[in-house]
Amino acid sequence: MAEAGYAFIDIAVLLVKIALVLGVNLLLLALMTLAERRVAGFMQDRYGPNRVGPEGLFQPIADGVKFLFKEDVIPSHVEKVLYILAPSLVLAPALLTFAVIPFGGTLSAFGREIQLQIANLNVGLLYIFALASLTVYGLVLGGWASNSKYPLLGGLRSSAQMISYEISMGLSVIGVLMIAGSLRLNDVVAQQNTLLFGVLPNWNVFLQPLGFLIFLIAAFAETNRLPFDLPEAEPELVGGYHTEYSSMKFAMFFMGEYVALITSSALITTLYFGGWDFPYVDESALGVWGVVLSVLAFSVKTGFFLFLYLWVRWTLPRFRFDQLMNLGWKVMLPLALLNVVLTGIVMYWVV
Amino acid sequence: MGVKKVGYEPTWIDKLYIPAILKGMAITFSHLFKKRYTVQYPEEKWIPPAGHRGAIRLNRDEKGRVKCVGCEMCSTACPAKCITVVPGVAPWDDREKYPVRFEIDMLRCILCGMCEEACPEDAIELTVIYDFAGYSREDLIWDKERLLKNFDITVDGKYFERSKEETGL
Repeated sequence: MAEAGYAFIDIAVLLVKIALVLGVNLLLLALMTLAERRVAGFMQDRYGPNRVGPEGLFQPIADGVKFLFKEDVIPSHVEKVLYILAPSLVLAPALLTFAVIPFGGTLSAFGREIQLQIANLNVGLLYIFALASLTVYGLVLGGWASNSKYPLLGGLRSSAQMISYEISMGLSVIGVLMIAGSLRLNDVVAQQNTLLFGVLPNWNVFLQPLGFLIFLIAAFAETNRLPFDLPEAEPELVGGYHTEYSSMKFAMFFMGEYVALITSSALITTLYFGGWDFPYVDESALGVWGVVLSVLAFSVKTGFFLFLYLWVRWTLPRFRFDQLMNLGWKVMLPLALLNVVLTGIVMYWVV
Repeated sequence: MGVKKVGYEPTWIDKLYIPAILKGMAITFSHLFKKRYTVQYPEEKWIPPAGHRGAIRLNRDEKGRVKCVGCEMCSTACPAKCITVVPGVAPWDDREKYPVRFEIDMLRCILCGMCEEACPEDAIELTVIYDFAGYSREDLIWDKERLLKNFDITVDGKYFERSKEETGL
């Protein structure tokens, strides 16, 4: 792509990649809504929805149709513009984030080296954090525009929560950046594509266990998942920021939440579990099969973290708000700082 | 008086919370593979225990005729006042009266079984049928034929083995 102007084929490849990532994301999102309820059922010794299609596989379609055809109520007391804008403000950044995540190795086709990644940004990680922070606007605006007490409380909670945890999240990633020496996610993955002491895969989870733990917990808080789902805490706030929403607008809040889930799973995989790296195998030597293997490895790892989200949701109870703030500021933040210092000391002696 | 402190001081391992969380997750994970308690209703049916008080039936005698002698003890005993009996002169010589009309309003029936206890002829009984529903109020006012049919489908104790077409429920 160094020559002046893009060739037609480059643009075509890019469009295919975008369509692929978007399509897979939306499909996975639909499956997640089903998986959530099925896994919930299994963990409570029930079946969950299993009537629509084989094993309930078409349930998301039924749900989607239902959401689309439901009456879209806009209460008379809302701030109309912000009220309508808010759901898309939740969904759009979540979808955009996936652009910089590498989901496979480098494919050689059409005489080109095709990176399986939409945009190989040199500030990839910053881009992700910037967009992830935008999600909070959707929630706060949704809560504010609804002009009613429960959504407002939910929106306020979400802003307080996300801002608190974003700091620890950002600090926990610094350890990874120090090791990789780059914000480009490709470099982070490439650095993990080797072996540690010749035995373990050189994944950041082994180099940065504390950082990983902090990042994981912060990711749960960022995506508003249990045990940190205070913004929507059903028993206290009716539904939180989406109480006044109905029909597809309501569904978009949920789509945003699930896409954020997928993206953060992919991000955890990329940052701490070697991205598309299949351990002990040199993907670049296997040609096309290496690429297939890398995509597969990435999918399996991401899938595991998606399951982890469901798993934790049906295990842990919700935090109280003061506990949440205590954990965020008094535990996570100092630990994240400690992690940065420790990484710095070790790197000073080792490298 | 000395005060004895009871309770549990969390150790530093407890305060980490991580081991407890992992333990909890192990429990939820094990439940993924445990027996499911759901009864998948239209395919599987819950079999009520003996003595279950479900829908009412009118018994037939050995000749296949309605056993009821039209004494109206059941409708007198009924606390919900849902039984209507119109007795008439019996066409048979082993009894004086028989019910010309016998109706139970299942919308009012509370399935208490008082009718069964009141009946001197054991002509009215409660069955295992619990899954009866109708599309209109009229559907649930059961006449003599309907009540005799309940007898036919439950008398051999094989109600739950019958198909939907056979029971009409």
